[in-house]
Amino acid sequence: MERLEVKKLNHRFGFTEILKNINFSLNKGEVLSIVGPSGGGKTTLLHLCANILDVQEGNITNTFTSSAFAFQEARLLPWKNTIDNISLGLLAKGENRSQSIQKAQEIALKFGLTEDDFEKFPKDLSGGMKQRVSFARALVVKPSLLFLDEPFSALDIGLKKELQAILIEMIVNKEISILFITHDLMEAIRLSDVMLLLKADPGHIVKEFRFDVAQDKRDDRYVYGKSAEILQDEEIINTFELELK
Amino acid sequence: MKFALKIIKDFPAYLWSGWGAIATILLFIAFWDMGNQIYGDLVLPSPLETFKTLNLMLHDKNIITEIQTTLYRASIGFGLSLLIGTILGLLAGFFATASMMSRPIVTILVGMPPIAWIVLAMIWFGMGDETVIFTVIVASFPIIFVGALQGTRTLDGDLKEMAESFKLPWHMKFFDVYFPHIFSYVFPAWVSGLGMAWKIVIMAELLATSTGIGASLSIARSQLDTPTALAIVVIMIGSLMFIEYIILEPIKREVELWRD
Ligand SMILES: Nc1ncnc2c1ncn2[C@@H]1O[C@H](COP(=O)(O)OP(=O)(O)OP(=O)(O)O)[C@@H](O)[C@H]1O
Ligand SMILES: [Mg+2]
Repeated sequence: MERLEVKKLNHRFGFTEILKNINFSLNKGEVLSIVGPSGGGKTTLLHLCANILDVQEGNITNTFTSSAFAFQEARLLPWKNTIDNISLGLLAKGENRSQSIQKAQEIALKFGLTEDDFEKFPKDLSGGMKQRVSFARALVVKPSLLFLDEPFSALDIGLKKELQAILIEMIVNKEISILFITHDLMEAIRLSDVMLLLKADPGHIVKEFRFDVAQDKRDDRYVYGKSAEILQDEEIINTFELELK
Repeated sequence: MKFALKIIKDFPAYLWSGWGAIATILLFIAFWDMGNQIYGDLVLPSPLETFKTLNLMLHDKNIITEIQTTLYRASIGFGLSLLIGTILGLLAGFFATASMMSRPIVTILVGMPPIAWIVLAMIWFGMGDETVIFTVIVASFPIIFVGALQGTRTLDGDLKEMAESFKLPWHMKFFDVYFPHIFSYVFPAWVSGLGMAWKIVIMAELLATSTGIGASLSIARSQLDTPTALAIVVIMIGSLMFIEYIILEPIKREVELWRD
């Protein structure tokens, strides 16, 4: 069974405690989201899970056979055009050039990029386009575990929905496991099986929400209803310091 | 290969964009002629006379030999600083201690006037090729070294992490992530280093040798042969412009296409 397990994780940058006693696990086929205030340590946690940062205290075991990361900032190679950026991970896996390029083009089109954008360098792409390229670069390698750091933050609602639909299809077919960060409660409700609430200073998990309806069965009513319900939650109000009126 | 083809393909368009530059040069020559009419032939020979002299010189075997001597010295000096400067710069960039240690040395190399180096080199090596080549190396090496050093020091940590997360094999990490960034610093440094080498080689020859176009310039000065002096200046500037605008600039454009 492929599995990611985080146990008693603490992390510091210098003398500042960023994460404290984080525990959770993610099984194959599951989607786990982390929500929390800005600066709460979400990106740090994700980087630790993806082995981009070294663990200082505690334990992270990752038995997933493959993983890919879509960063909060797109992190594209400025000297490579859209297609070459997307095919980077495929080439790294040793796939041949022409096949990689073809796959990259297919997914680029699927993600709402046009043929005009294929040859563009990142400097000529909009913020949302860069984000889609970065997301496509991660998804095109068909990872068993996908790390997403606010992948849709720069997209308009239409695009957001389209890309979410692509993910939902993969989730329902159990093709992928996802650990993702978002600021958007509704997005977390729409996509995840489990949502963790990370409170800041230092970052620790205060509450866990579970959503049992299958992702493709969650209509707008379900999502709005759940959001309204969750927004009433004491811990949510405290964590985000929402003013009640 | 694809890259070289693209440079050649874009070349005509690039040349066409050079009309403005040519107009400026013609305007400059017009002012030069005006200067000649005001100050007379001895102080400032007319462009026509200068170019006539130039033409004669270019058909003179002796002058060609002088030019070859200068080219030889400049290319040995520049080639060595390119090789050593790039390699040492990259190494210094990869190791934090080395880059810290190299800073004062670079400051001394950059801060010391070339003329002082020439004097020292004349004492050390006497009047000959070595003096000139040494001065060229000393002047252009720090420029290239600093370029390579900065290229390596400024590698983007975020992109390194990205490369790690996609498990890029080492050759992809090098050619796709590190090299383009480093090259975008090293290449302009090569260009400035070359310009520097070309200037310094003439100066060193003028002061320290009896061969090369620098020495010819010195002889023209002692004989008050202004047309020859100006013709030599035209050779120097013309060759620099040729290398810079016809060879290097088109490459630079393609290399830096991805930049803002
Ligand atoms: N490399 C670092 N060195 C020192 N401090 C850091 C470093 N990276 C992050 N921090 C600090 O850690 C804290 C958490 O940062 P992190 O990026 O994990 O927040 P986040 O929850 O992802 O925020 P956001 O939602 O705005 O992206 C911040 O206070 C930040 O200043
Ligand atoms: Mg973040």
